[in-house]
Amino acid sequence: MTAAAALPPPPPPRGGPGGRAAPHLALAHTVWAALGEVRDPELDEPVTELGFVAECRADGAGGVTVQLRLPTYFCAPNFAYLMVADAHDVVAALPGVSSVRVELTDHFASAVINEGVAARSGFVGSFPGAAESELDGLRADFLRKAVLAGTDRVCRPLLAVGRSLAELGALTLGDAPATPDRERLRARRAELGLPSGDGDPLLIDPGTGAAVDVDAVPLALRRARLTRVSVDANSSVCRGLLAERYPQTPRQEAK
Amino acid sequence: MYEKDGERYFVVDGHTHFWDASPANWVPGQEQYAKGWIECFHAYQGLGPPETHWSLEDFQKYSEERMMRDLFEDGHVDVAIFQPTYLKQWYTNGFNTTETNAALAAKHPGKFVVNASWDPRAGDEGLEELEAKVERWGCKGVKLYTAEWRGESRGWNLKSPESARYLEKCQELGVKNIHVHKGPTIWPLDKDAFDVSDVDYAATNFPELNFIVEHVGLPRIEDFCFMATQEPNVYAGLAVAVGGLMHARPRFFAKVMGELMFWLGEDKLIFGADYAIWEPRWQVEGFVDWNMPSDPEFSDYAPLSVQAKKKILGLNAARLYDLEVPSGLDIAKAPEDTATLTEPVTA
Repeated sequence: MTAAAALPPPPPPRGGPGGRAAPHLALAHTVWAALGEVRDPELDEPVTELGFVAECRADGAGGVTVQLRLPTYFCAPNFAYLMVADAHDVVAALPGVSSVRVELTDHFASAVINEGVAARSGFVGSFPGAAESELDGLRADFLRKAVLAGTDRVCRPLLAVGRSLAELGALTLGDAPATPDRERLRARRAELGLPSGDGDPLLIDPGTGAAVDVDAVPLALRRARLTRVSVDANSSVCRGLLAERYPQTPRQEAK
Repeated sequence: MYEKDGERYFVVDGHTHFWDASPANWVPGQEQYAKGWIECFHAYQGLGPPETHWSLEDFQKYSEERMMRDLFEDGHVDVAIFQPTYLKQWYTNGFNTTETNAALAAKHPGKFVVNASWDPRAGDEGLEELEAKVERWGCKGVKLYTAEWRGESRGWNLKSPESARYLEKCQELGVKNIHVHKGPTIWPLDKDAFDVSDVDYAATNFPELNFIVEHVGLPRIEDFCFMATQEPNVYAGLAVAVGGLMHARPRFFAKVMGELMFWLGEDKLIFGADYAIWEPRWQVEGFVDWNMPSDPEFSDYAPLSVQAKKKILGLNAARLYDLEVPSGLDIAKAPEDTATLTEPVTA
């Protein structure tokens, strides 16, 4: 069973902000589905699957309110900001949505982040004096980690059935079995502008996109495995802390 | 000393605290942060076995008697290393200070190692304070928390010239063990606060100092391991890795241990219970009993030998801190090593 299959259903849609209009069930479900595209950049998993969406409401006038929560009061503010901003963007782009409010709760920087995102101030504008630039560089760094971890997900089953390291070094993305893990890897590579076609090498440097030399394959795969172990361990700690913080949350074992 | 299956382990807990996070110690106007900090720690405790959980009230402030019992009577610890975290912006008398730790240590000779702390933002005054602490308590190590808030500042890193001055001072004073703990904030806030490249930089520039990255660099184990494999003077503090994963997520714990053994090896890992987040007893007993699972999923990773466990649980820290290991508890040296070691260094 996958982690996704064990998930609770979307929170029941409720009355709109301030109760001005009747709840809009279909829109709330559309919003929930859209939030599935918002990922925790560190964990590379959807906020909906991580249990970070505490509430998702829509009213008949197209007013949407989303409440996000995190595993700790002190979760890193830059990643928190990205999730709130991304949630705001995906919801605002939905047809039928007239207004969006995304609220991060129980976090030391809740007020600053919520106001900053609502006012479209950007990260620097939200944290004046404390930040030097927007978060594109940070996001790209973590996408590169997602590429490394994803490479391990795709390669491990191949090694398990006896493919050699040298063989892996010669495979293309299209040679790997057509699995959700392969498509996820392809999507992350594409997001970074890295080669992501079927004819492109399976093993690439996540910084440059260059194919990994045959001599460098063992180290590249060790590094991919290490990155996946790290991300998976973080994810399991985050899930555990969230369950401690919000005990009503069903405990979800990661795969 | 802990004994199991005929093997005896000298246990050094490399990461312990005697803190006061009770509401009486919260700085007026900063209560939300003081409360948020200790509640966050308390949630981590929830990742340990249920029978070891404390109430939040007990967790906010605990007695000397309880600590001595949990560590030395029940917890199998021989020597514990105090790692201070000041957080004076939120806690009036500090959260867990060298001063408080040293007062407790003075009552129990031989049980504790007292570490100091510094913050490069404290300038010349901080340098003088560091010197005074080292002189007064004979500190051989410092604990650094790079995410500490100070006024409007949300943190610092080890690459700055100001940090270099403090590291030079440590070298001059013989404070050779630099424990680094990363947190969620830093300057500037748009950078990854958990990034360990500054430790890499400092470790290269100060080869005579040992850098112990606490919590094995969590949540950046990958960056940490990749960096540590290139730096001979970088070590991993296992606090949180054992406490947060061994019980709650045993399969991930196994993989993390496998990676640490692969990239760093048994001479570079330092056990720490992170009391009072977790009591040492279940961690020491569990770690001695633990081994790599035998399923194919873990076939890349080597099993953990009794010798490796002895090093990780105490002998490595004893080496870094020049602690005397009681006779019979050290690992027997290979014959050629013994010959060298028994001869005087200077004729």
